[in-house]
Amino acid sequence: MRAKAKLYPKEAARLLREKPGVREAVTGATLHFERNRLRAYAEVPIAEWRERAKALKDHVLSHLDHYLELAEKRLRENGVQVHWAETPEDAHRLLRAVVERHGVKRAVKAKSMLTEELGVNPLLASLGVEVFETDLGEYLIQLLGEPPSHIVGPAIHLSLKEIQKLFHERFGTPLDASPEALAQVARKVLREAFLSAELGISGANFLVAETGTLALMENEGNIRLSTSLPKVHVAFVGIEKLLPRFQDLALFLPLTARAATGQRLSTFVSLIQGPAREGEEGPEEVHVVLVDHGRTALLADPEAWETLRCLRCGACLNACPVYRQTGGHPYGYVYSGPIGAVLDPGLLSLEEAYPLPYASTLCGACLEACPVKIPIPKLLLTWRHRAVAEGLSPAWEKAALAAYRRVMESPTLYRLFSKALRGLPLPQDLLPLLRAWTEGRGPLKPSPKPFHQLWREMEEPHGR
Amino acid sequence: MRVALFITCLADQFFAEAGVAAVRLLRALGVEVDFPEGQTCCGQPAFNAGHWEEARPLAKRHLEIFREADYVVLPSGSCASMVQNHYPELLPGHPEALDLAERTYEFSAFLVRVLGVEKLGEGLRGKKIAYHHGCHALRELGVREEPLLLLREAGAELVPWEAAEECCGFGGLFSVKLPEVSLAMADRKIATLPQAEVLTSTDAGCLLHLAGRLAKKGVNLKVAPLATLLWEAYAG
Repeated sequence: MRAKAKLYPKEAARLLREKPGVREAVTGATLHFERNRLRAYAEVPIAEWRERAKALKDHVLSHLDHYLELAEKRLRENGVQVHWAETPEDAHRLLRAVVERHGVKRAVKAKSMLTEELGVNPLLASLGVEVFETDLGEYLIQLLGEPPSHIVGPAIHLSLKEIQKLFHERFGTPLDASPEALAQVARKVLREAFLSAELGISGANFLVAETGTLALMENEGNIRLSTSLPKVHVAFVGIEKLLPRFQDLALFLPLTARAATGQRLSTFVSLIQGPAREGEEGPEEVHVVLVDHGRTALLADPEAWETLRCLRCGACLNACPVYRQTGGHPYGYVYSGPIGAVLDPGLLSLEEAYPLPYASTLCGACLEACPVKIPIPKLLLTWRHRAVAEGLSPAWEKAALAAYRRVMESPTLYRLFSKALRGLPLPQDLLPLLRAWTEGRGPLKPSPKPFHQLWREMEEPHGR
Repeated sequence: MRVALFITCLADQFFAEAGVAAVRLLRALGVEVDFPEGQTCCGQPAFNAGHWEEARPLAKRHLEIFREADYVVLPSGSCASMVQNHYPELLPGHPEALDLAERTYEFSAFLVRVLGVEKLGEGLRGKKIAYHHGCHALRELGVREEPLLLLREAGAELVPWEAAEECCGFGGLFSVKLPEVSLAMADRKIATLPQAEVLTSTDAGCLLHLAGRLAKKGVNLKVAPLATLLWEAYAG
């Protein structure tokens, strides 16, 4: 996917102005998810779970070469064809070969953020393959030609009304059709696609190195159908998704479900261990594509590597009061919200993702929600510090902060500033910083006297 | 016990009376209060925006100015967190930064944790108060119960507020770098506000932002810093 992260401030402002319904839909949905998460966390010794999950992820990330080799070995033993893709182009080449070899005309696709990174849908379209997103939310945004706006709820920004209108235009359903009726229509279209597709594409929540097992979590059953009905299954797996042992799933499956949606476990968990064997039903061919796409470089980053612990649960998005105002689209890349703000600079480049680390008030709600304790606020500060060091910040900001420092370094200048704030008609509408502030909040009204003056007045009678 | 008051630049300029209230209250509780006059700003705005080179000299000044104090007490969760949590990172090789971090307290936390005060008086009897949890006080310092306890013990009625623990959208430079998002966040806080007589918080920045937005939207609600209310609790 081409990143448009640079436009974040403009796009966020435009969305708030032009599509106020998005704010309403996203706020409602994220608050709902957030309440569920809090309830689900409270049922278990969550502090201990998070600590264990963090430690396990850190272990696997710090021995990634070992676990990747082990995973590859086990997958091959299970009859899976393993590929390595360093870049999206590598992944495209592999997928193109599969499409050509099997004469694929139709593909069904399970929800996967990694395939958004890789641009799988545009590639398939260019190869003349008709591709169906089979997660209901993904299907909706595919019909609209939009990217996902949330890691777990890709259509979180849509209201029921908008969906009713979309289905009315596409399928002639009544404008007041119930959600159940709409789901039935989608189900009918997708059933047909499941039965006729030659290729099923998925991501993976986890890949267990010890056994070569792919683990996929979902609530609708479409992942299971996408990975079991077509004769060929291709799974794209980020190299950071590894877990050492099969038993680790006992922690990570429920932890991810609780963090993401507040469920104790997702409705469906698929554990895939290779193609169908004699007498079994299932795909004849299973491919696992282990994707780097910037992850190795990020792992080598002494500060930012911790973002690779991410389970893609979306809990930080649900907890984030900034994300809540706009949803994910203005962020301009696959990963939005707090995790996007720290992951995107690592996967793209800081220059390309520049404003994203500023898309936060550093309120810390994301860290509180994160099931693997990624220190998002600290990482935001790190990326901001680097952005300044690399000269990416705008000239006005540099000038303003240099001036601020000069004033604050000198009590004399600070007092002059204090006098000016009261004595002079401040050009509040002229200075860009002040204008940005006063437009929404009215002019700044300082106290009649600053405290440092009141202090002197308080102390003088005592003869000090 | 000698306490040096750090009044913070925002409180100095915009909530000066809260500083006076803090001095009066601390003295009434038997604490010797000093106000080192060379103080200005802790450097947080520059640090949070990534301009560490601009923040560092300010942090060093701050260490100098408060070197002698037994305790440094300030009416702001975010500035307190800057000193407690970020100075040690901003000033590696300065063990005094760790030392100052240990001696620095947000105002209500100092009253409860150090002075062991719970009940100041009953001056807030029957007053309906909405308390906004500043994010840094709440999540970086763990100051959640202290202000509520002090208000409640003084007879205040703390009104339940759905968004009490949500960020108000100030965020320092965030409010001018992303003004539309910042205002949308303030509007959510305001939209969920219950009936109250006063809106309070420990952070001047949040209050400045919320008070400005309330005024702009024509909502008539008194906004007062926590220190002002706590003095009222004591003095009646």
